[in-house]
Parts: sequence; C-alpha cells; structure tokens
Amino acid sequence: MTATFVGMPPFPQAARAALGDTQLRHNLAHATHTIRDKRARVVAEVPEWEELRQAGADLKDAALAGLDDHLEQLEAALVSRGAVVHWARDAAEACAVVAQVAKAHGVDEVVKVKSMVTQEIGLNEALAAEGISAWETDLAELIVQLADDLPSHILVPAIHRNRAEVREIFRTRMSAAGRPAPADLTDDPAELANAARLHLREKFLRAKVGVSGANFAVAETGTLVVVESEGNGRMCLTLPEVLVSVVGIEKVVPTFADLDVFLRLLPRSSTGERMNPYTSMWHGVTPGDGPQEMHVVLLDNGRTRALADEVGRQALRCIRCSACLNVCPVYERVGGHAYGSVYPGPIGAILNPLMKGVGVDDQTDSLPYASTLCGACYEVCPVKIDIPSILVDLRSQVVDAHRGGRPKPEALAMKGAAWTFSDARRLGGAERLSGLVGRVWGRVGRTSLPGGRPAFGRLPGPGARWTGARDLPAPPRESFRAWWRRTRGRGTRP
Amino acid sequence: MGRMRVALMVTCVNDAMFPDTGRAVVDLLTRLGVDVEFPQAQTCCAQPMVNTGYLDEAVPVVRTFVDAFAGYDAVVTPSGSCARAARHQHGIVARRSGDADLAAAVAEVAPSVYELSEFLVDVLGVTDVGASFPHRVTYHPTCHSLRLLGVGDRPRRLLEAVRGLTLVDLPAAEECCGFGGTFAVKNADVSVAMGADKARHVRETGAEVLVAGDSSCLMHIGGVLSRQRSGVRVMHLAEILAATEGAA
Repeated sequence: MTATFVGMPPFPQAARAALGDTQLRHNLAHATHTIRDKRARVVAEVPEWEELRQAGADLKDAALAGLDDHLEQLEAALVSRGAVVHWARDAAEACAVVAQVAKAHGVDEVVKVKSMVTQEIGLNEALAAEGISAWETDLAELIVQLADDLPSHILVPAIHRNRAEVREIFRTRMSAAGRPAPADLTDDPAELANAARLHLREKFLRAKVGVSGANFAVAETGTLVVVESEGNGRMCLTLPEVLVSVVGIEKVVPTFADLDVFLRLLPRSSTGERMNPYTSMWHGVTPGDGPQEMHVVLLDNGRTRALADEVGRQALRCIRCSACLNVCPVYERVGGHAYGSVYPGPIGAILNPLMKGVGVDDQTDSLPYASTLCGACYEVCPVKIDIPSILVDLRSQVVDAHRGGRPKPEALAMKGAAWTFSDARRLGGAERLSGLVGRVWGRVGRTSLPGGRPAFGRLPGPGARWTGARDLPAPPRESFRAWWRRTRGRGTRP
Repeated sequence: MGRMRVALMVTCVNDAMFPDTGRAVVDLLTRLGVDVEFPQAQTCCAQPMVNTGYLDEAVPVVRTFVDAFAGYDAVVTPSGSCARAARHQHGIVARRSGDADLAAAVAEVAPSVYELSEFLVDVLGVTDVGASFPHRVTYHPTCHSLRLLGVGDRPRRLLEAVRGLTLVDLPAAEECCGFGGTFAVKNADVSVAMGADKARHVRETGAEVLVAGDSSCLMHIGGVLSRQRSGVRVMHLAEILAATEGAA
C-alpha cells in the first residue's frame, strides 16, 4: 500500500470531493443500508440487548480504570506462557519491533491478519522501507492493497469498490504481487473470492512470519483473541513459525469470562451476524502446535492521552464494530476517505482528536465538526460511547486551543451572538433591525416560499453557504417579542 | 391546571424568524385553559455557542436563561433541540463557569423545561387538543426530540387526533435532515446532500405539508423544498395543533 492519509485536506473540502463521486455515493448508500438493516434484525432478536450494552460499557470502564494493573498482569501471563512482550510508546517504536523480528528471521515478507492497529501505525509502509513486503490476507484489505488504495471503512475497507472494479484490480494488479488472476476472470463474487484464495494460498504456505492485531487481550490468562469471517486470520495465526501481535493497550479485559459479553455484542453490531465464523484464541507458545515464537507489542500511540480526557476516555471502550459508521448519515454520503484516517466515521471523528490532540493541524480540528449531532451513533454503539457529547466537548477543546490568537470570523460571530443573547433588550434591537429588512424585502423581493412567505433566493458572501442550495425565509416584519409587547403590553401575562 | 405558573420559552429562532410558531403555542395553550406567560428577559438557550464549542461565550447566555425562567412550575418550548439544550447542556456550561450559584440555578430550572408535545401529553394529559386541519401531512421526527430527548410517539398521537388531517408515513423518517446547527454552513455540502434526500422522501409521500417540532430543521428542509419548487410547505407542530381550519 503506497497511498497515504498524510496531507489530507480538512473534512469539509474532502467531503465536497467525495460527494461528487457517483460510484462512491451509490456503493455506500447500498452497503451501509444493507448492513444497517441486518444489524437491526439480529439485535432485535436479543431481548436483553440493552443490559448487554450496559454490561459491555461497565466492563470496559472497569478495565480502563485499572489499566496499569491489568497490563502488568497481562504481561506476566504472556511471559509465563513463553511470549515476548514489547512496550511501544508510538507508531515508530511498534513498527521497529516488528521489523526487528522479521529481520532476525531473515525474511523479506510477512502475512497479515486484518488489523486496524497496524494500519494506524503505518506498519506496511514501515516494513516496505526495510525491504519487507507485508501481505494483507483479508479479501477487502487485499483489494485495497493491490489497488494502492486507502481503506474507507473499519470492517469493510473496500466498501467504496464494486465487483467490476474488483475484477479489474485483480486482473491488472495480482500478477505483480504473486499468483496472477485467471485470464477468464469474471465479476462473479464466487470467482473473485476463488482468485483471491488461490493468490493468497501461496503466501500462507510460504510465510515464516505472521503479523496480527487482537480484538481482546485477557489479563488473567494472557489470551489473545482475533474475531474474523474469512479464515485468513486462522491461517496467519497458525501456519507461520513466528507470530507478532500488535495490541493497543485499551484491548485488555480483566478476565476470560468478560469475553462472554463482548463476543455476543461484537458480531451482531459489526457484520449483523449472530456469531462470527472464526474466533481464534491463543495464549503463548504451545510446543509442537502453531507458531513457536510469539511477540506481543503493547502499544500506546495516544491512548493514554485519550485516557486522560475526562469526557472522551469512554471512546477507549470501542471494540471496532463499525455500527456507528453504518448508521451515520454523514459517513453514508462521504465515505471513509474524507475523514483522513484509518478510523473514519463518528468513532474516527472522536478517536483521532483524542489520540493526536487538538490545535495542532486543521484536518484533525475539523473532525469534531463532521457531524450533525443526530445521535444515531450513540443509539447503536454496543459499548454505549456517547459520541455526540464527546464531539461537543472536543469542539470546545478546538475552540479553546485557538483562543488568544487573532480571532477567526466564526469566533467574532459567536462573540457577537453571545453579546446579543446576553440581554433581551439587545436581542429586541437586533430584531427591530431584521424586521426592517423583512419589510423592505417583502416589497422588493421576488422569491417566496411555498405558501407565500417572502424569501431570499441568493445571498452574497457568507450567506451563500446557506442559499447556495436552500431558500431562506426573509425575517418577519414583527418578532414574537414585539407582537407580545404590542398585544399584551410590558407584563409577562396576557 | 390549578394555578400552575407556565412560561413560554419561544426560542431565539422562533422569536426572530418564526413568530407564528410562538403565537400558535400561545393560542393553543390558551384554548386548553393554560394561562401562559412570556418572560421578556428571555433570549436563547445558548445551544449555538455550546455546539460550536464556544463554552465561555455560552455562560452569560445561560445566566440570562435561568434568570428569565426561575420560579416557574413549567417552561414550555416548541423545540425538542432547545429543550434538550436546557435540560442536558446548561449543567456543562455552569460547570465551565465555576459559578456555584449558576450551577444551582441551572439545577433548579432545567427539570422544569418541557418540549411542547411532552407538556401537552404528560403534564396536561391531552392528545386531542381540538384542532382541525384538513390537509395531507407527513411528520419528520427531529433527531434531538427523538433520540436525545425521547419524545417518542407523542407528536404522532397529537397529530392523529387532529380533525380532517391525513397523516402519511415519511420514508426513512428517523434519518437526520442534515441541518445540525452551524453544521449547515460549516459543512454546507454534506448538509445539503442530506437535505436533498430528506426532501426527496417528503415528496414521495405526496404530502402538501411537512410538520416537525423544530423550526430550525424545518427552515433547512423547507429551504430545500422551496428551492426545488416542490409545492410542499413546512409547518411547526404547534401551528397545526392551533389550527381550526374548516372546524364545524
């Protein structure tokens, strides 16, 4: 994968470009609605769903509250079972560990289980710089990698592609990466899957080093868990001689029994399945069975920064199901690339600023505003992350980070509004002024709303942001306040 | 209702842009025997500042709000969004101010704030408000009233009791219209894309009127419907509940 999110424009500009991509709009509308409906059906089958959500939230909160202890317990359990534990503060440290392990075994390629955290740290690019090829083995990740594309969804990274495009990518790109696609390949999904299977099989059988993430890490037993659908993960986790797992520190759960709740919440929320096809669990090295050398990289990369955020820390409960993406009306229309991160959608709009910090770059600062605060994400989140409240809090952090310098027009407008709204007499004065505009426009304006009310068709300057595609009612001749005073006098009562 | 003191919180948007909505609430409540007052010191719920991230700027606005509405048994507002701001956001602003008196005042006023349909159904206990409106109407449940406030089916029950009114289901009704406060201008392109889809669903119903409980969402959807020359007008729930058009 040579494409990169680095240097992406702020959300409004990126979104504008995405909105004009007709194929993307069509694919996303279809795919998000399909998964959304599927999820709703299987969630409705579980009468205790709300209790499960609460249990998931409570378990994660407890795990995060004692994170330091749980991590040390996890490390001890892993080491006692023969794994090597590495601690990585950031992406560079984590990538360096993986590269060292690969080099120590003299390999120039690794096979990968689909993992968000290795994308977050840019592992494939870092390994490529060391002359090591990292092969994605999840079907959608393979499509993205072959096309030099970027993932646009947490769970379905090639959601923006259709099968005709996939066929073209396989036909033109597979040969450079290994076994070519069959010459007579059609866009039949079964044929496409088979081409990928044949292409990947060579890599599974050849690779000496496998790389994974983990959905969960159990502190008491040192168990790592990977949940997947295609079986490619099982191949990567069992066939290579060496396995390196990069695990975000927020993935830790205290006890094995905790998995009960999460393994019920996750598949229904993510793929809309009652149970996912493959759940792989392993704890350390088992002599004569599976990888005989295991490394676990425990990664911070901004997670402790998020943990320190009183309002935002609940975002670390996230189990990467993508239910919030699938219901988000903004994501549905612009897709994942517009968010400029491997974590797109509502969860990306909070995770990126929480992990990177605000006030540093315009792209990250634009993300908390990439939402109408409609609340659909909060409603479906299996661990009850109150995304709208975190978005609002992050907006205040963005504003605060820019206080002190020369104020932007928006800041001046807000100060003006606050001044006006702090005293009813000022508001009344502003309304008399707008009433005057309304009276004049009522005589000279030509546009009216259905029903007859005078309206502005096109306004110049900043007003064009509204009237570019929407008529705007002209102000009324008389405000409510003025009407009340005219008909009821100065008292509060009729 | 006995001598319950009821205040109308008209909201800044209705005050300055949609006074007919405020007048409809007064007409409706008066018809139902409620002696509604209009505290003239009121301005805005401060949501525009809070939701854009300007918490310091919101502090004096919240102070004005609690000063205006202190001492009432119920504060009624024709906006799910503003009711929710008063109930759920003013505490955040008060904490930011570090002013314990403001926090105490917010804690006292916030629970007395009701969105119109909540007040009618829960406090007055009515669903048939004696309205008559012989038109084909479709209803959009606004996000903040639906998901953040939880008004449930109260607006629907009120509309179903209106004489002569034909209520048709809006496809994908629970999907956001794309207004989103300052989102409508900060992310105008996405906002319009969402509004266009909402308008398409409204037109599919063949309704002549789109009704909702938030004037700001209606200003956005209505703006799109108007630009499309769709022939569909938008009305606030209060205006339909106050209507006696064609009544015998």
